[in-house]
Amino acid sequence: MDLQNLIYEDSQRGLFRVHRSALTSLEILELERKNIFDRCWLYLGHESEIENPGDYRRRTVAGRPLFWVRGNDGKVRVFYNTCTHWGANVCRVDQGNAELFQCFYHAWTFNNKGELVSVPDDPGYADGFNKAEMGLVSPPRLENYRGLYFVSFNPEVADLVSYLAGAKEYLDLILDQSEQGWRVVPGIQKYSVRANWKMFSINSLDSYHVEPLHVTFFKYTQGMGPGDPAPPLRDFPGTHGRSLALGNGHGVDIFAAGERARPIAHWHPILGEETKEEIRNTRARLVERFGEERAYLMCNTNRLFLIYPNFALHDIAGVSLRYFEPVGPDYMEVTVQTLAPKNESAELLNGRLENFLSFLGPGGFAHPDDIEAMESAQAGFGAGGPEWIDASRGMHRKTTGKDELHIRSFWRQWHANLMGSPNAMRFTDLSDTVVGH
Amino acid sequence: MTPYSDSQLTELLLHREVEAFLFQEAALLDEWRLDDWLGLFTEDARYLVPATDTPKADPRETLGLINDDMTRLRARVERLKSRHAHREFPWSRTRRLVTNVRITKVVGEEIFVAASFLVYRVRGGNVDPFIGAYEYTLRRVDGSLKMAFRKATLDLEALRPHGTVSIIL
Repeated sequence: MDLQNLIYEDSQRGLFRVHRSALTSLEILELERKNIFDRCWLYLGHESEIENPGDYRRRTVAGRPLFWVRGNDGKVRVFYNTCTHWGANVCRVDQGNAELFQCFYHAWTFNNKGELVSVPDDPGYADGFNKAEMGLVSPPRLENYRGLYFVSFNPEVADLVSYLAGAKEYLDLILDQSEQGWRVVPGIQKYSVRANWKMFSINSLDSYHVEPLHVTFFKYTQGMGPGDPAPPLRDFPGTHGRSLALGNGHGVDIFAAGERARPIAHWHPILGEETKEEIRNTRARLVERFGEERAYLMCNTNRLFLIYPNFALHDIAGVSLRYFEPVGPDYMEVTVQTLAPKNESAELLNGRLENFLSFLGPGGFAHPDDIEAMESAQAGFGAGGPEWIDASRGMHRKTTGKDELHIRSFWRQWHANLMGSPNAMRFTDLSDTVVGH
Repeated sequence: MTPYSDSQLTELLLHREVEAFLFQEAALLDEWRLDDWLGLFTEDARYLVPATDTPKADPRETLGLINDDMTRLRARVERLKSRHAHREFPWSRTRRLVTNVRITKVVGEEIFVAASFLVYRVRGGNVDPFIGAYEYTLRRVDGSLKMAFRKATLDLEALRPHGTVSIIL
């Protein structure tokens, strides 16, 4: 398989193309499983989901059934969801609280730290059998950054903070917005897309499609009347939109939010009349804590943000955590949750959720068309004909929003990983500089 | 001598009326007669589709799939009638099977109804079945029944492989 030529890049002419087999080949998917999904950090969950000792959640990551639990010692662990005896799932419920996990097959019992504490007919095992060696098995690495937990199946992966590189500062820009911290709101949107998983990585970064594709959404919100006026544009990376490579394949598209609702601090009628004061107070407080410039970034800009390879945090209509993974070369499964500030009022939480649903999610006015576009592209790949997809936008100039710099950065990292290297030599175009990294 | 009382006959006729209403609603939706369908709602109505993992949750504090008041529902219909709702352009073919209709209680002018549904969405070579249960609050307004509340709870564990709820469920 010719991996080298999967990417065609000509910096002179400003062209960047990806071979379509990247999006259709089963062989490439298998290589991705080995070189990307078994090597990178993959999103697991947020600390608020397992707040108390004994709290657990069942999750599938990179196709592997896991469960995630806070032990009685307060420590958070993740385990492969398989009994060390004959393999049955030890955690059979999506979430709950437990001191013990008893396998239903032979009643082997594990505590919430994963230790095997009892087996029926203990004397039936010889001296060589040691329960201390038969505890639940964990994936090699588990780390968290400010409450966002990631798991890796690669014992040698770089520490999470190093891995995050320039993405860390953009995570901070989101997480700093709530003084009291964040919690995951109950309710999970679980869906799928009949397309290659990488189409969602690039769709999640892309703002070039927003105006043409999501016209019906803007018609709806404009019909609601004006919100608070947008503050004057400030001079910052993102004033007129920037697509940025953040290192290690991560990327962000940052652009002024204008009059669009931002539950954290920009009021629009869709959030409900009664939330105006709370929102204005939150903004004032953010200015007090962080200064005008940083507060402007937090309150009045939107972010399409991807942590390589497959975790998108959208700070647009609220904060969405979007995780997706391949099942086959033309099918992926998606899981979406939303974060809310811990102390948010009931009215604003309702406004936040209504705002979210109006755009995002499988029933929104915008996201279903993203899904249709990705599925249509995948169907189009089946035609043969053109061999490449094009991601050349903006290669000749300093990056603006709607350019594809951050998408090229994703592809460069992907390409390097496929060829056995942990990181690409260069994430940016030769005409641009990396900002923030 | 008739074995049925007047109240039993009334109950039977009410049940027939409610079923006829639901079957008519299903026909309007399968025929994409969305403006006529909107006319079946009261002004204070709500249309709800909870997330698959939290079917009984309060939409004000839980992330679901759809939570429309009449403003958003009208905008949803506008969107579906335009050429720019790409997920539904052209419209999918749908077929709704509404069964197991039960009147769970009657309180004044409000009739609470439960039913089971199977909605097939056919498009682009795929046939995706939506399986679940309806809860309606019907209200008698000037003699006719109208919907004051319409909830579709999915029994699916996830919208897989459906991907979206782009039709009216």
